[in-house]
Amino acid sequence: MTAHPHPGATDRHDLDRIAADLVSWEADELAAFLARRPEQRDDYRTASGIPLERVYTPVDVAGTGWADVGLPGRYPYTRGPYPTMYRGRPWTMRQIAGYGRPEETNQRFRYLMEQGQTGLSVDFDMPTLMGYDSDDPMSVGEVGREGVAVDTLADMEALFDGIDLENISVSMTINPSAWILLAMYVAAAEKRGLDLTKLSGTIQNDILKEYIAQKEWIYPIEPSIRIVRDTITYSAEHLPRYNPVNVSGYHISEAGANAVQEAAFTMAAARTYIRSVVDSGMAVDRFAPRLSYYFVAQSDFFEEVAKFRAVRRCYARMLAEEFGASQPESMRMRFHTQTAAASLTKAQPLNNIVRTTLQALSGVLGGTQSLHTNGLDEAYAIPSELAMKVALRTQQIIAEETNVTSVIDPLAGSYYVENLTTEIENRIRDYLDQVEDMGGMVAAIEQGWFQREIADNAFEQAQRKASGDKTVVGVNKYVDASEDHTVETHKIDPESEARQIRHLKQIKADRDQEAVERALAELRRAAADPDTNLMYPTVDAVKAHASMGEIVNTLKEVLGTYRETPVF
Amino acid sequence: MAKTATPLRVMLAKVGLDGHDRGVKIVARWLRDAGMDVIYTGLHRTPEQVVEAAVQEDVDVLGVSLLSGAHMSIFPRLVDLLAAYEDLDVVLLAGGVIPDEDVDALKGMGVDGVLGQDSTPEEIVGTVRQLAGERHARAYG
Repeated sequence: MTAHPHPGATDRHDLDRIAADLVSWEADELAAFLARRPEQRDDYRTASGIPLERVYTPVDVAGTGWADVGLPGRYPYTRGPYPTMYRGRPWTMRQIAGYGRPEETNQRFRYLMEQGQTGLSVDFDMPTLMGYDSDDPMSVGEVGREGVAVDTLADMEALFDGIDLENISVSMTINPSAWILLAMYVAAAEKRGLDLTKLSGTIQNDILKEYIAQKEWIYPIEPSIRIVRDTITYSAEHLPRYNPVNVSGYHISEAGANAVQEAAFTMAAARTYIRSVVDSGMAVDRFAPRLSYYFVAQSDFFEEVAKFRAVRRCYARMLAEEFGASQPESMRMRFHTQTAAASLTKAQPLNNIVRTTLQALSGVLGGTQSLHTNGLDEAYAIPSELAMKVALRTQQIIAEETNVTSVIDPLAGSYYVENLTTEIENRIRDYLDQVEDMGGMVAAIEQGWFQREIADNAFEQAQRKASGDKTVVGVNKYVDASEDHTVETHKIDPESEARQIRHLKQIKADRDQEAVERALAELRRAAADPDTNLMYPTVDAVKAHASMGEIVNTLKEVLGTYRETPVF
Repeated sequence: MAKTATPLRVMLAKVGLDGHDRGVKIVARWLRDAGMDVIYTGLHRTPEQVVEAAVQEDVDVLGVSLLSGAHMSIFPRLVDLLAAYEDLDVVLLAGGVIPDEDVDALKGMGVDGVLGQDSTPEEIVGTVRQLAGERHARAYG
């Protein structure tokens, strides 16, 4: 039996007739029209360089069968992970926030919840992201600047003071030091007497994309994968509703990758983590249901929708075919989407609202589970309260005024979108094969392959922008020299850093120093044995009020540090 | 006059914990394509490491990229460290996300130029050449 063709083209005879129609149309209507008025470009492509036809027909989807498309909530999940999608519940509106001391971010969280936000998302400052305490010399000028500073358990408690953690999901954007933050979160919940099985949320904890894109790292690659593995197995045991890793394409895209690279490199990372956990002896269906994903919504509207559909299908097939997953929950990909920060401009900042709206819509039509929309002041500073409110209202308008949520996967069956979905899936697979041929993701990182792929694409995009081939409204076209650039931006309290450092010194002065020493010694012992789960001694260490920097530095003695050989 | 005949030597650096290196790598290629010798330090360097490397490499221009918002803490440190070398006259450039209101303050403290995210390759290459030329005129009269 041949693959059941796509609705619209039911047999070979129809396809032949359609192909003949296309030939006659090109000879008649099209040729005469082109002779009078040539098209504006010689070559039309998606943002990732996939060549585009001027019009698509059933012939272009002849290779995509019903088994490739199917129904939502059913394998291969092309149309979405759930059978009701936004009819059951709209996506989670999750605006990231974080700045200054934990008490300040706590206030912003309360404001966002009052405005109707349905999930929390924490942004940490650079020192916390990289595992430095606020009083470390490397932290000067960066404490509380791009996110909130967290040094010890007391900070974690202050961050969520008065917030009902059993009933709101909390996402934490943190990577090389993620396991320490997870330990602090668990310790804070236990101190409040909460039921760990009710905690829901996500830590990003995706170290592999750090080496290729975001560039926040501490330890060498292999021990870092081990730490991710430990958080996954720990969560499978104790935190059944928590996502211990959020494998992220977003930063790969922001570093300069195109849509296909973003999806493919994310799949390569997912495969590496899954292999690592399976190799430790845990069955794939035990942990795969809690793996979560994170993608950008860029500006090429249809390519983004097709990317989301393709990556869901590709993932389901990888889990079933390569890892032998049998549970639907293991195969259905759930992801968060953020609109593209790097697409936003300093010039004519109100235009950014429009860009963000269109990007957000592609995420919704692509079936995202949660969404962050960027502030119009993204190119200036972390968002002001007004910018955050407009961004949240953008989501609420899409969800409640446009009626796009009533029908699941509404672009399915579009000859163009189905063709592009299949094309992107094929290109993702080609990339994955290339990575395997290089010896896997770790080897390819060590060879600088991912880094070079991303840098090359970033350079090509910059060249296209500089030459005007790629339009950026307000920057290289429709420039308004007289416009006033000023927007009201968020101001950092200059005293915040000093207050955070004083607070840390006070915690260190008040704690039982011997208990800290014992906990750190235990951590050192655990780290030396790669088969021991680091989460347990880390939870003990944070409960003894060991700081993040102390934990990180203790493990540097055992695990070493990472230094990149830059590629440009 | 031999100095003008050899390619300009430019060091590009990332200081502090900021990992945004997309822009600095693109600038590195543009300057290299314009015929300059470009050295890129890589990420997460301290001001001390960067200045020491710039001295050792005998560069004409030092460009520091910051997207972390820490520029008002890091540039004064770089200016002080460079000033400690009395015979040295390196052009110091700032790049990345620098709010308009900080540009004058940076120039006032001794940063020679500030290039933002939307600078074209022509602006970047032109600024580097012009400031290096002025420096050369100062040094060799």
